[in-house]
Amino acid sequence: MATEKIIYKKPDSLTDKNFTYCWGCGHSTVHKLIAEIVDELGIRETLIAVAPVGCAVFAYDFWDFDVTEAAHGRAPVVATAIKRVHPDKTVFCYQGDGDLASIGMAEIIHTANRGENITVIFINNTNYGMTGGQLAPTSLINQVTTTSPKGRDVKSYGYPIRVSELLAPLEGVKYLERVKVTDAASVIKAKKALKKALMNQINNVGFSMVEVLASCPANWRKDPIQSNEMIDKEISDYYKLGVIKDEK
Amino acid sequence: MSPNKTNKILVKGNHAIVEAALDAGCRFYAGYPITPQNEIPELMSSRMPEVGGTFIQAESELISVNMVFGAAAAGARAMTTSSSPGISLMQEGISYMAGCELPAVLVNVMRGGPGLGNIQPSQSDYFQSVKPGHGDYHMITFAPSNLQEMYDFTFDAFDLADKYRNPVMILTDGLLGQIMENVEINRSRKPLYLNTPKPWALTGAKGRPGQRILSLLMQPGVLEKHNLKLKAKYDLITKTEKRFELTNMESNPDYLIVAFGTVGRISKGTINIAKAKGLNVGLFRPITVWPYPYAELKEVAKKVKKIFVFEMNLGQMVEDVKLAVEDSSKIEFYGRSGGGVPTAEELYDFIKGKVK
Repeated sequence: MATEKIIYKKPDSLTDKNFTYCWGCGHSTVHKLIAEIVDELGIRETLIAVAPVGCAVFAYDFWDFDVTEAAHGRAPVVATAIKRVHPDKTVFCYQGDGDLASIGMAEIIHTANRGENITVIFINNTNYGMTGGQLAPTSLINQVTTTSPKGRDVKSYGYPIRVSELLAPLEGVKYLERVKVTDAASVIKAKKALKKALMNQINNVGFSMVEVLASCPANWRKDPIQSNEMIDKEISDYYKLGVIKDEK
Repeated sequence: MSPNKTNKILVKGNHAIVEAALDAGCRFYAGYPITPQNEIPELMSSRMPEVGGTFIQAESELISVNMVFGAAAAGARAMTTSSSPGISLMQEGISYMAGCELPAVLVNVMRGGPGLGNIQPSQSDYFQSVKPGHGDYHMITFAPSNLQEMYDFTFDAFDLADKYRNPVMILTDGLLGQIMENVEINRSRKPLYLNTPKPWALTGAKGRPGQRILSLLMQPGVLEKHNLKLKAKYDLITKTEKRFELTNMESNPDYLIVAFGTVGRISKGTINIAKAKGLNVGLFRPITVWPYPYAELKEVAKKVKKIFVFEMNLGQMVEDVKLAVEDSSKIEFYGRSGGGVPTAEELYDFIKGKVK
């Protein structure tokens, strides 16, 4: 007679450890989405992930699948080598914008250009989170950070860089989409994009990257709601949401 | 390049490294062009696919060394090679591999420095090999002095890397990389530990919890404990893996040369010149420059009047000789730098000038 049906549970691919990210931080949401997708695709036992340097270096505390660290910015080349050694496994790297767009710019461009059949999850929160909120290449014009106390002046700091648009013309790149995780609708959309990026690898489509506009309330000196508003208005105005490239 | 029936091949030094790596089961190579080691990635680009392995021309030395990190984490026997300025960039990845206890082989075909320097042979990266990059770590470092040793030690390096889960370096130079010599290959030699399971490697969490390869140990005391574990491993390596060669020591020489690699080879000519002119000189040649054979050198040094340390740098290994020898007033140093290669006569003249 029991009619109970499980409609929601913690993904098997998450450990029992509580997330230690700041309240409102985008990492927790994206970590959980990845674990859900890994469960849904049934790839937990054939998956190898690469964690970045930055807040998400601790991703392996929360994911119950194989994970290695990589030196700052080097995740895509570590992932490249793992995929070449184990072409039958699914390999993704998870990187922040300091890691990917600054110190690791050569690594991401060449990995994309080689058309490596890996998946990259790029968390763009427009600053260096773990080290305390310094300016990143992605920080918005006039954004106040701990190393741009008067705001990002383009004359001395240059312009915010749109990495997805930079990678789009490379022929090795097959799929690029920019998403956000500020409300239920955008979270569902983000999950769909992340799933497609991993499915592309399984189907041998090639290099796929999802850029997630994520909030960093602690370093932005805003509460989580104000942070989401900043993404919905200012950040997604500069970094346009949507599919940037989708080739078969 | 294929070996003939006698198992003897006439080969260029850089090519000997490639053949040894493949014979030892290396199946992943990433490298970046830099002279004088270009023959290694060039030959690897055709030989590695023949044995079913992966060759990648990396876009920098930072990329090649971090690819080797990834391949090692995935359980493959992996190698990268470079020359001095490139090795400076690789220090990042080497430190991470040491911290994560990943086995890999690195080859430094040394050239003149500092900076871009030149492309002539040099030994000026002794410090950055035996006293390497950031953090408390060591790597086994072989200093071959002929092409037979280039082959043999490269093969050994893969076995020892797996045995100790630690990076191993071949510290050679542009002279040994570029010359040709006969190398005998023992076709019955099998790699050790090649099929030993690597339960720590990342292969997908099939039937087990997810596992990690990491060097970030943030909790107080955890990193110190890890480093003490590494220290115990280094102590074991020091006890077990030290190698050196003695030449003409059975004749109780009055004088001793200490030299490694190319200069060790040249010094054998110096011993012959000295003998013809009535000076009895012996040679202590460290083969592993880490671990350094301090105690063995100390014993040999007690028996001689003077110790001549010869290097193709302005005084790097001589510091370790001073640590080994009780009476460092017995030590005389002569070095050539910036790509200068001493002749056997030049070294003899230096000895003669100091013993008169």
